[in-house]
Amino acid sequence: MEGLISLAVKAVFVENLALSFFLGMCTFIAVSKKISTAMGLGVSVMIVQAITVPANNLILSYLLAPGALAWAGFPDIDLTFLGLISYIGVIAALVQILEMVLDKYFPPLYNALGVYLPLITVNCAILGGSLFMVERNYDFAESLTYGVSSGFGWALAITAMAGVREKLKYSDIPVGLQGLGITFITAGLMAMAFMSFSGVKL
Amino acid sequence: MAQTRKSQLVDPLIDNNPITLQVLGICSALAVTSSLKVALVMAIAVTLVTAFSSMFISMLRNQIPSSIRIIVQMVIIASLVIVVDQLLKAYAYEISKTLSVFVGLIITNCIVMGRAEAFAMSNPPVASFVDGIGNGAGYGLILMVVGVIRELFGSGSLFGVTILPTVNNGGWYVPNGLLLLPPSAFFVIGLLIWAIRTWKPGQVEEREYKIQSVEAH
Repeated sequence: MEGLISLAVKAVFVENLALSFFLGMCTFIAVSKKISTAMGLGVSVMIVQAITVPANNLILSYLLAPGALAWAGFPDIDLTFLGLISYIGVIAALVQILEMVLDKYFPPLYNALGVYLPLITVNCAILGGSLFMVERNYDFAESLTYGVSSGFGWALAITAMAGVREKLKYSDIPVGLQGLGITFITAGLMAMAFMSFSGVKL
Repeated sequence: MAQTRKSQLVDPLIDNNPITLQVLGICSALAVTSSLKVALVMAIAVTLVTAFSSMFISMLRNQIPSSIRIIVQMVIIASLVIVVDQLLKAYAYEISKTLSVFVGLIITNCIVMGRAEAFAMSNPPVASFVDGIGNGAGYGLILMVVGVIRELFGSGSLFGVTILPTVNNGGWYVPNGLLLLPPSAFFVIGLLIWAIRTWKPGQVEEREYKIQSVEAH
């Protein structure tokens, strides 16, 4: 249990997906102009991340890993090279299913998140989360924790970024830095702030 | 026709650069640039994947139903990335370890997807291939520039060969450790965008709010 808590804290702050691994940067820069939209997207990423990382963990351990197909009578098969294509397939399918379920049972939530959900399939943070799970050999409980907390970390980062940018638009920025340039520099400063967590030993 | 081919290849380098103007594919641009060798491998991998995926998607563009086109594109791109990943693991294992998850993340690199969607779906295969090469090269160019700055000033070397002898090894150059850390990539790209936009003022974005000078009372 203690291990899981420290994993969660680490995934939110020390190894923040957006600010220390630069995952999901395209959306991070493009959709952070307003706090409300940024938060909507952040919550959707968190939900999708919390579902896809454990799902891909199951796929890996029961279908793809060396010897994983022993239950089906093929103990010698190693399908890990199919990993990438299966993870992205799982992500695309889950996002589609989530969209349909939300549309049917939670229409208000669907209306709030609807436009962001398709964007999430191509968000590198989601695929990145699954790939880190594979690389670090998380078990099921760990991957569930990692999914939720890394999604939360991403949501936190994009919301904070949107807050800064909402204020930033009133400031007097040099002409060439307008827009994209200053956004990058702001993100750099935020990443430095998040780096100060890296001294925290858990 | 020759002229358009050339402009297709050259335009994305600076005038319509995928990173500094279209804001595509930033994730990997930031993460893999702390050493030049890794940046070069990444640039080549992305260029190849973009070019070939554009070509294949363009060949199939009349057969793909538009409702499932994203998934079809994903499958084509993912297959190409698997090939690249396996090749790297076989012939450049050290580099593939350094790149870790970022090779896999070429799948979700917006440049590949963006070119497939914006160009390859409506243009013939050869043009799409050239467009893919051009955009990959534009991405690679930024990657190389950032890589050169970060490796040269961060550790005093290029491709691992010492250029500025550092103090630790008995030289004179005190390396700037910040440049090896992740946040510096943001600063370098931000400043690079500033430089490009000063050179090509057409790319400057409109202000949302004009600041007006007010007479003092």
